[in-house]
Amino acid sequence: MIEKVFKGNSNYWMWLAFLSAFVAVGAICYLRQFVYGMYLTGMGRDLSWGLYISQFTFLVGVAAGGLMLVLPYYVHNYKTFGRITILGEFLAIGALIMCLMFIMADIGQPLRGLNMILHPTPNSMLFWDMVVLLGYLGLNIICGWVILTAERKQVKPPKWVYIFVYVSIPFAVSIHTVTAMLYCGLPGRHFWLSAITAPRFLASAFAAGPALIVIACLIMKRVANFDAGREAINKLTTIIMYAALINAFFVLLEFFVGFYSNIPGHKHSLQYLFFGIEHHGVMYNNLVPFMWGSVFLCFGGLGLFAYMKIKDTGTDLMIGIGCAMIFIALWLDKGLGFVMGGLAITPLEEIVEYYPTANEIGITLGIWATGFLIVTLLYKIAVDVEHEVEA
Amino acid sequence: MDKQRRKFLKIAGATALAGISAPAVVKLTSTPALASSGHGKAAEHGAAEHKPEGHGGEDSAKGVRLGMLIDMRKLYGHPELLEKVAAACIKVHNIPQIEGNKNEIKWIWDMAYKNVFPEHSSYHSSKITEENNFLVLCNHCDEPPCVRVCPTKATFRDEKTGIVSMDFHRCIGCRFCMMGCPYGARSFNWMDPRPYIKEYNPDFPTRMRGVVEKCNFCGERRALGQEPACVEAVKDVGAIVFGDLNDPDSEIRQILDKEHTIQRKPSLGTKPSVFYIV
Amino acid sequence: MYNKGTIIPGLIIFVLFVTFPLWFNAFSTAASTVPKPELPPGGEKACIAPAAEMRANHMVMLNEWRDDVLRDGDRVAVTVDGKQYRKGLQMACMQCHSNKEKFCDSCHEYASVKPYCWDCHLTQSALATKKETH
Repeated sequence: MIEKVFKGNSNYWMWLAFLSAFVAVGAICYLRQFVYGMYLTGMGRDLSWGLYISQFTFLVGVAAGGLMLVLPYYVHNYKTFGRITILGEFLAIGALIMCLMFIMADIGQPLRGLNMILHPTPNSMLFWDMVVLLGYLGLNIICGWVILTAERKQVKPPKWVYIFVYVSIPFAVSIHTVTAMLYCGLPGRHFWLSAITAPRFLASAFAAGPALIVIACLIMKRVANFDAGREAINKLTTIIMYAALINAFFVLLEFFVGFYSNIPGHKHSLQYLFFGIEHHGVMYNNLVPFMWGSVFLCFGGLGLFAYMKIKDTGTDLMIGIGCAMIFIALWLDKGLGFVMGGLAITPLEEIVEYYPTANEIGITLGIWATGFLIVTLLYKIAVDVEHEVEA
Repeated sequence: MDKQRRKFLKIAGATALAGISAPAVVKLTSTPALASSGHGKAAEHGAAEHKPEGHGGEDSAKGVRLGMLIDMRKLYGHPELLEKVAAACIKVHNIPQIEGNKNEIKWIWDMAYKNVFPEHSSYHSSKITEENNFLVLCNHCDEPPCVRVCPTKATFRDEKTGIVSMDFHRCIGCRFCMMGCPYGARSFNWMDPRPYIKEYNPDFPTRMRGVVEKCNFCGERRALGQEPACVEAVKDVGAIVFGDLNDPDSEIRQILDKEHTIQRKPSLGTKPSVFYIV
Repeated sequence: MYNKGTIIPGLIIFVLFVTFPLWFNAFSTAASTVPKPELPPGGEKACIAPAAEMRANHMVMLNEWRDDVLRDGDRVAVTVDGKQYRKGLQMACMQCHSNKEKFCDSCHEYASVKPYCWDCHLTQSALATKKETH
C-alpha cells in the first residue's frame, strides 16, 4: 500500500514540499540546539519546561481523540463512522510520533534516552507514559494497517485484530490520564495539583482530536474527492460540542475552587493566566490575551455549531471554521495555558514569564510539520485505498 | 479437523505467551521500587502505632538520616557570612557562575523569608526577618518527590545516609525532578558549565551540559571525614550543625530537642531534613 | 546473464573498494599506527590488574566503581603497591596515568571511541587552563 504515497497530483506534491520546508528548518534548529545546548530555548532554572512539553501534552490529547471514532464504530457498531475510523487511527499515529519527537527535543541528554528502558522505574509517571504511548502507537499501527489491508482485499479483517482494537480503547484513555498524572501528582505545584486534571484533559482531547479529523475530512472532500458523509460529520460536531462544553465546565470548576476557597496557591495561576498578576510592582500578564482568545474562540465555535444544529443548516466552510475555532481554543487552553500557568509561579514564590525563542519555535514548527507530513501520507494511503475499492 | 487444529494452535500460542510474560510481570511488580521509598518503613510501624498528628508529623524512623540545622540567629546581620557559605560550596563543587536567573546554577544560596517560608506568615513580620536573607538548599527529604518522579533513578535516596543524591552519568535531563521539587532546589545545565567555572577544585568533577544538579550534602568530603563545606565555612559562629537526625546523642538532635525549629513547607509531606531556627 | 560486461567488472571494483582498508594496510610501508599509550610519567609499575585485563575491561571496572561510589556509598579505598587511592577515574587512575592526551586518547582515538568521562572529570590539561586564566 505504501506505493500510493508516490502517486499524486501537483497540489499533493506542493503540500508535501511546503511541509518539508518546515521540517528542514526544524531540523536545522534542532541541530543548533543539539550542538550548542538548550540555553537556546526560552526555558530557564525557574521555568524548566516550555513549549516542547506543552505541545507534547496537547498532542497526546489529539492522539487520544481518535477514540471518539473508534468507540462508536467498534463498540456501538455505529456504521456511519465506517469510512473515517481509519482516519482517527492514522491521526493518532502522527500525533504520537510528534509526542515522542517533542520528548526527545526536550531532554538534555537525548543520547541517553534508552536509560528509561535500561533502568525502568515504575514509580515515575514518565516511565508509564512512555509505556502507554509506545503501546498505543503500536496498537494503532497494527489496527490501522491490518484493517486497511483487509478493506483493500475486500475481506473481513481477521478476528484477532479486534482484540487489539478493544485493547486500544482503554489505552487511548490511559495515554491522556497518565499524561495528566505527570502534572497532577506534584506537590507544591498548586495549579496542577487537581484531581480534575485528567478528566479535563480527556474532555479537551475528545473535542480537539475529532475537530482536527473533521477539518481533514472537509479538506479531503475538496482536494481528494473523499466524502466522509454528512451524517458522520454532523455526529462528530455533536461530540465536539459536548466535549468542549465539558472542558469549559471543568475550567470553571477550577475557578470556583481557586477563588471561593481563596487559597492563594490555587488562585494565583488562574489570576496570572486570565487577569495578570502583580508582584513586586511588576505586572505579569503575557498570556492574558491568549487565554481570553481561547475563551472567545471556544464559545464562538460552540455558538456557531449551536446555530447550525438549531437551524439545521451549515456549509462545509462554516463547519470548518467552527472546528478550527474549537481546535485553536483548546490548543491555547492546554497547549499554552495549562503548562505555563502552572509554571509561572515558582516554588520560591517568584513569578517568571516564559517567552519561547526563535530556535525553539523553529523546532516546534518542524515537529508539527513532520506530524502533518506523516498524517498526510497515511491519509493519502487510506483515501486511495477507498477509491480503489470503490472503483 | 483443520479448524480444530488451528484453534488448538491459537490456544497453545496464547498460553505460551502468557507463561513467558508472567515471570516478567511478577519481577516488575515485586521490585521494591514500586513502593516509593519510605512507605515500606511506615508500613512496618503498623496502623496500631499510628498516632494522630498534623500535616508535618513524622513517624520515628530507623537507620541513619543525615540532616542539617541552620541557626539563623547566628547569621542575622551578617550577609557576608551567607556569601561565605555560598562561595565555599561554589569552590568545592566547581559550580559555574552564570549571570542571570535563566541559566544560573545554585546549590546553596540566600533569599528573603517570604520566598523561603511562603507557608509562614510574613505579615507585620519582625524587622529581623524582614531585613535578613535565609539560606536555601536541597532539603534531602525523607519522602523526596524528585526521586519519586525520576524515570531513570538518576536521582535516588541513599538508604545508608538518607541523602538524596544525583547520578550525573544516568540523568537524561528531562527535568521532571525540577517539577517535582517544591523547594526550587535543583538547577539544570542549560549550557556547558566549564567556561563559567572560575577555579577548578581537582578533587571534584564538573558537570556536563544537559544534566540536573543540586546539593549533595558533600558526600565526597564526608568520605574523607570532613564536614560539609558550608558547615565549615561558618564554623566560627557555629551557625550550621550537621549530623544524624535519628541518633538521639548527636549534636543536631540535642539542639532539635531543645530549640523550636521550623522546616520549609512541611505540609507537603516531603519530610525535609533541613531545619531552621529563626 | 545480461550485461555481463558491466556487472562483473562492477562487482570486482565494488569488492576491491570495500576491502580497500585491508589492502592498504597490507601493502602500506608506513610505520605501524597501533597506538603506544604513555606509561605513567611517575614511573609506577603496578596497576590494580594486569595490563591485558585493564586494556580489555577498564571501562567495566570504571562503571562498577562509579556505581559503588555514587550509588552504593562504597568509597573503600583501593590499594596498589602499598599506596592507597580513592576509587574513581580522577582520584585513582589518573593519579598515575596523569596525561589523558598521551594515555587515554591515544587508544580511544585509534579505536574511534568517544567516552564522555572528561566532559565532567578533570584532566591535568583542563586544570592547567583554568589556572592560567585565573
